[in-house]
Amino acid sequence: MKHIITLFRKDLLLEMRQQYSFYGILLYVASTIFVLYLAMGQPEDEVWNGLFWMIQLFVCVNAVAKSFLQESRGRLLYFYSIAGARDFILSKLLFNALLMAVLSITSWILFSLLLGNPVQNGLRFMGVAMFGGLGLSLVFTFLSAIAARAQQNAAMMAILGFPLIIPQILLMMKLANTAFSHVIQQGLLQIVLLLAGMDILVIALAVILFPFLWKD
Amino acid sequence: MRLSWWKILCILLLLTISIAGFLGGVPAKPILNETIRNLYFHVPMWFSMMIFFIVSLVNSVRYLRNGDLRYDTYSVEYANIGILFGILGLVTGMIWANYTWGKPWSNDPKQIGAAIALLIYFAYMVLRNSLVDPDKRAKISAVYNIFAFAMLFPTLWIIPRLVESLHPGGMGNPALNTNDIDSRMRTLFWPVAVPAWTLLGVWITTLRIRFKLLEEQKLEHA
Repeated sequence: MKHIITLFRKDLLLEMRQQYSFYGILLYVASTIFVLYLAMGQPEDEVWNGLFWMIQLFVCVNAVAKSFLQESRGRLLYFYSIAGARDFILSKLLFNALLMAVLSITSWILFSLLLGNPVQNGLRFMGVAMFGGLGLSLVFTFLSAIAARAQQNAAMMAILGFPLIIPQILLMMKLANTAFSHVIQQGLLQIVLLLAGMDILVIALAVILFPFLWKD
Repeated sequence: MRLSWWKILCILLLLTISIAGFLGGVPAKPILNETIRNLYFHVPMWFSMMIFFIVSLVNSVRYLRNGDLRYDTYSVEYANIGILFGILGLVTGMIWANYTWGKPWSNDPKQIGAAIALLIYFAYMVLRNSLVDPDKRAKISAVYNIFAFAMLFPTLWIIPRLVESLHPGGMGNPALNTNDIDSRMRTLFWPVAVPAWTLLGVWITTLRIRFKLLEEQKLEHA
């Protein structure tokens, strides 16, 4: 536990010291949404929701990709000697989850500024957006570990990840749709539980499988 | 020529299903009519595909446990045959949908699920081909195989039960509606159709595995 916190703080500290990458990803979010605004204007609710999750997906790939791709071989070896593989992956998962939560809120604010705000139940939508961001960040963190070991770029992550994430994205959209009106839909709890179960599954698999990726 | 008992059984079962599947009696159902015979061909494709992907997964786990490259060959070949059966299942389903739903593709949850499954295993093949070193390739692709399987199959088994679908067995069991078929069809489906196609797939895969292992041996001695 202590190792995880330390590694997490190291990532946070790196982010503070080299702010260009964080601002880079913020600018990425802003410019994508701006382009979207120029192309679409203020779309209808369903289109808005679809666009929002697609942007989340691309932001996640780009934000999370660097978590392993940025680490050099030598540095990875160093981390390996001072901390276990499990602590390392857990700290990365934690860090990326936090990063994605910040980015989710940012993109929601930008969306509502530029593309209009059809959301009726703001609190619920924020919860769904952060929950969705968490799911995305977990899956893509592990995939970026795979892509980094295969010495591939972010494009490989997209190939590996997009088919895997489709079911989650579809469920997220369904969940987010409920925040657009005050009508209560049935079966929501089932979807939330399913998604939470998948998040736990991803964490468990990452903890089990990451040591195999690490060793050479 | 050496034919083991299960290969003979496979031929017999396939002959039975090809003849009895087209000539045997089926219940007359509205909309479905005679297309219900597709049950003998389309549905076993998915059963076999899942079996092959599970075998592929088991071999990936075995590879990670003891690092024997033979298991990696098993794993990739069973994934290959699973992809083949998945494509066949999709095609037989689309031909059927063309006559019952009016068009081959209508974004039904089951069609989407099948397409996702194929995309994931295509990605597995792309990942494998991007790596040159055999040990590294085996290890990384085994990790992806396990991860992808664990992500894919819960959604394939759970989501069709949550959403509405035009597919027979619309709500509930995603594979087939047990009320649609009668005892004649049931006796042909479970003991004949499912094992027949699965055995055919295993036969193809064992041949491919033997071929591949021999090729590797040849490379080692060259």
